[in-house]
Amino acid sequence: MTNHWIDLKNSDCIIVMGSNAAENHPMSFRWALRARDERSARIISVDPRFTRTSSLADIYAPLRSGTDIAFIGGMINYCLQNQLYNQEYVVEYTNAGHLISEDFSFSEGLFSGYDQTARKYDNASWAYQLDENGVPLEDKTLQNPHCVFQLLKNHFSRYDVDTVCKITGTPREKFLEVARTFCATGDPRKAGTIMYAMGWTQHTTGTQIIRAFAILQLLLGNIGIAGGGVNALRGEPNVQGSTDYALLFHLLPGYLKVPVDKDTSLQAYLDRCTPVSKDPKSVNYWKNYPKFMISLLKAWYGENATAENEFCFHLLPKASGNYSHMSIFQSMYQGKIKGLFCWGQNPAVSGPNALMEQKALEKLDWLVCTDIFETETSIFWKRPGANPGDIKTEVFLLPAASSSEKEGSISNSGRWAQWRYTCEQPQGEARSDLWIMNSLMLRLKRLYAQDPGPFPDPITRLSWNLGSADKPSAAVVAREINGYDLSSGRLLDNFTQCQDNGTTSCGNWLYSGSYTEAGNLMARRGKDDPTGMGLYPNWSWCWPLNRRIIYNRASCDTQGRPWDPDRAVIWWNEAMQQWEGDVPDYGKKVPPKNNAGAFIMKTEGHARLFGMDLADGPFPEHYEPYESPVDNILSSQQINPCVFLGYNTDLDKKGNQREFPIVATTYRITEHWQSGIETRWQPWLCELMPEMFVELSRELAKEKGISNGDLCTVASARGSIRAVAVVTARFRPFLVDNRVVHQIGLPWCYGYAGLATGDPANILTPNIGDPNTRIPEYKAFLCAIRKGV
Amino acid sequence: MSMKRIGLLMDTSRCLACRACQVACKQWNKLPAEPKESWKTRGSYENPADLSPVTWTRVRFTEYEQHGGGVEWLFRKLQCMQCQDATCLKVCPEKKALYRNQDGLVVLDSAYCTGCGYCTQNCPFEIPRFDAKERRTFKCNMCYDRIANGLIPACAKACPAQAIQFGPRNELIEKAHQRIQALKGKGFPEASLYGENECGGLGVIYILKYGRSKYEGLPADPKVPLSVKLWKDWLKPVGLASFLGGLGFVVFHYVLHGPKIIEKGGD
Repeated sequence: MTNHWIDLKNSDCIIVMGSNAAENHPMSFRWALRARDERSARIISVDPRFTRTSSLADIYAPLRSGTDIAFIGGMINYCLQNQLYNQEYVVEYTNAGHLISEDFSFSEGLFSGYDQTARKYDNASWAYQLDENGVPLEDKTLQNPHCVFQLLKNHFSRYDVDTVCKITGTPREKFLEVARTFCATGDPRKAGTIMYAMGWTQHTTGTQIIRAFAILQLLLGNIGIAGGGVNALRGEPNVQGSTDYALLFHLLPGYLKVPVDKDTSLQAYLDRCTPVSKDPKSVNYWKNYPKFMISLLKAWYGENATAENEFCFHLLPKASGNYSHMSIFQSMYQGKIKGLFCWGQNPAVSGPNALMEQKALEKLDWLVCTDIFETETSIFWKRPGANPGDIKTEVFLLPAASSSEKEGSISNSGRWAQWRYTCEQPQGEARSDLWIMNSLMLRLKRLYAQDPGPFPDPITRLSWNLGSADKPSAAVVAREINGYDLSSGRLLDNFTQCQDNGTTSCGNWLYSGSYTEAGNLMARRGKDDPTGMGLYPNWSWCWPLNRRIIYNRASCDTQGRPWDPDRAVIWWNEAMQQWEGDVPDYGKKVPPKNNAGAFIMKTEGHARLFGMDLADGPFPEHYEPYESPVDNILSSQQINPCVFLGYNTDLDKKGNQREFPIVATTYRITEHWQSGIETRWQPWLCELMPEMFVELSRELAKEKGISNGDLCTVASARGSIRAVAVVTARFRPFLVDNRVVHQIGLPWCYGYAGLATGDPANILTPNIGDPNTRIPEYKAFLCAIRKGV
Repeated sequence: MSMKRIGLLMDTSRCLACRACQVACKQWNKLPAEPKESWKTRGSYENPADLSPVTWTRVRFTEYEQHGGGVEWLFRKLQCMQCQDATCLKVCPEKKALYRNQDGLVVLDSAYCTGCGYCTQNCPFEIPRFDAKERRTFKCNMCYDRIANGLIPACAKACPAQAIQFGPRNELIEKAHQRIQALKGKGFPEASLYGENECGGLGVIYILKYGRSKYEGLPADPKVPLSVKLWKDWLKPVGLASFLGGLGFVVFHYVLHGPKIIEKGGD
């Protein structure tokens, strides 16, 4: 989240799209409802089905799964055509006025630079025009036909209301009501926010859906302000933390990049990753990249990391391919991966094309599952239909401590790192994740010392001092993350003290400042709220630098005056010559007249309406999902032209619209957690949502002869599952380009372990994903349904 | 007592139907889940299927189609309504089993219940449930034990949306009227209060977004059954022997109501 949960109360308009916040983030709705009831905010729910969120919303608009970019593109067009944007914000804080290379073009769904064979873009033409000093050219009147604003306007002019509604199946008047209501927040004194989650990310166009709404928020001047922002509701209590700490294969902690095989030296790597700006005004904060990276290497390799050995840079693995979830399971299925640690994850239920993933597990020599309960993944060898005698995989199940049985930090969606304590000791042989990891590494170090093998250095030279095997300390880890001045041994005050010469260490620059000489700031529980805006600066600690709303420089006009004085986040105090309020996303003492750019993490200091670093285009464009019942009416490109189509084992099948004419989507429910494995052992929760079900419209039920409560079979090209029919008026057929398209919905929280069991919905979903992230397209695929099993 | 009467305000316009209240109720009152054989999806999110000796509160889910094709999904938590004019208190023959405690709450102490079933048969809201095996009846007591110790009821504590509010009843009613006015101004002309005067005034009052008839299982005009009134307020005071009274009750009840048929819930 750019903002945080409490800040929802400051909004005038909350659109919930690509998420079902009332059901899956119930606590968020305490604040959303406060905005609705106390400041007459409007809540908008856009979803293929009428949900518990919709029941609390002022406006509900249905859309067919996978058509979000068309919908948002229509909103962008509505905003531009009716001039509802914040002119000063757009001109000064975004790259609207920047001139783009004259070689840039777009036609028939493709941007310039597309290579059909590689299914990739060469983005050379997606570049700024530069002056003789290398500074981007701007036209602040926004009239130049090559400026971003004109290109944007042109691109989205194709998203007129009729075209949009033909694609999405949304009733025209509902679409207009949403567009009108949300775009009213372009008034500088109004704030609009978006709450999204996996309903957006889990598409072959996921990244661009989010970008589309970010563009709209920038046009409306809604980023950086209280009650605004682009807010990703994270799906787990610490998933924000796990991303910050590089759970994903392409990242190192603090969103540093994983080295790749062409990074033949530390310098080559740093040159590749450190952006350079020739604009004297631009802060270009990522210019500090080498300081963060070298401090990270010092944290990891300690005294072994020296300037002479490139700070042990070559001990890091260098990537030569894609190691995302789907790629790992493909390799596993092909027998290329021999062992797997599955830590708090349950791919036998949660992975796409789950039958393939279950089968892939059979190819492993060994599997280690760490969880608080037996999971479907840990008992894949005795799953229904499997013969344990034929499966040779050795499986270890390590009992983990639950969240209340271990100490450490947890980062919520609002980027607050909150410290928590052990409230009771783990039961039986259960141990904390830290204990397990520490013991594992200490044993590995011992084994490598005894028998080094060809390349022991990554293990033996790793600095690892987290306490004894019995009692590793989370506080020691937290201090290593915060970082030290290695000459004095003092903890760093924050990341501005990081150096690129090996004199500082820092395990994650974003979290530097969280555990200083002043103590563990994550453990703070101060309830003071000096701005009255719910920022609570002394409650826990928030990255970066305890800044509660990021990009907050943009909450003020160019003079440093808040757009809305009643909702001031920061403001320039002329007498004191400094910014006040929240921790400014700008130099504390840098006056607004310096005009250093409100988005200091961007090389050009401006937020990007035109984004040149995406795999699939500088502007979002609507493409149909990988499996869709209709043709793309916007261009001849049916699907995202950059989607990786190389997952093609014998179990990867694509469904056609004749055999599988119905659109399906998956979702979570309030009563079960993720794959359900933590909740389906809990009888009180099982009785609330006891069985796998499928939600369908009365119209479809009638067509198929299905009655409420009937057991049905739902099939896709990948497999079929059993589910109880929930026939409901909350699902309605869509009228898509004058054709009736049915849609059904499936929760994905059931499996064959636990007390309440059922078929995993992911048996149906395809192995296909977004080209930027490879997040699978769980949210739109084709299926068929019939009564009976 | 009316000055100090405490209550719960259920704001259906804030309810998320997350059912944390159902779970919190079971946790505080140490109630088990319904037997596994009954874990069924019946074409609705609503579960368990009904109140029972081990399920004292439950959220009803009602789909309501508006004119013009729009759909609404209405949520209402049901539990003991804490009637001022409480039928169960009138009919219970065992004073230790059903009584009004020092906080004015109608409390059923199942340890003293003789299993006569009168409360179950006569409650206008069909709340108390008879456990045939244990020969005793159970119901929500608004967490009287928590309240006596300065805590708020478990359901109110667990509610993430502040849809369940606990406090002095007169204050809750005032709050409710303000909220209803606001709802009327926001496109809910039928918004109404339920429980202000029903059964002498309920301890649990509801802010309803729509008219009461839209909510399943909510009686339009709940009353102490006439048979109970005749028996307890008329026959008994005029001095009939308790034996005849009991006989009279049975006769009157049968004549006025016929055999008890509990309508099936669900949607």
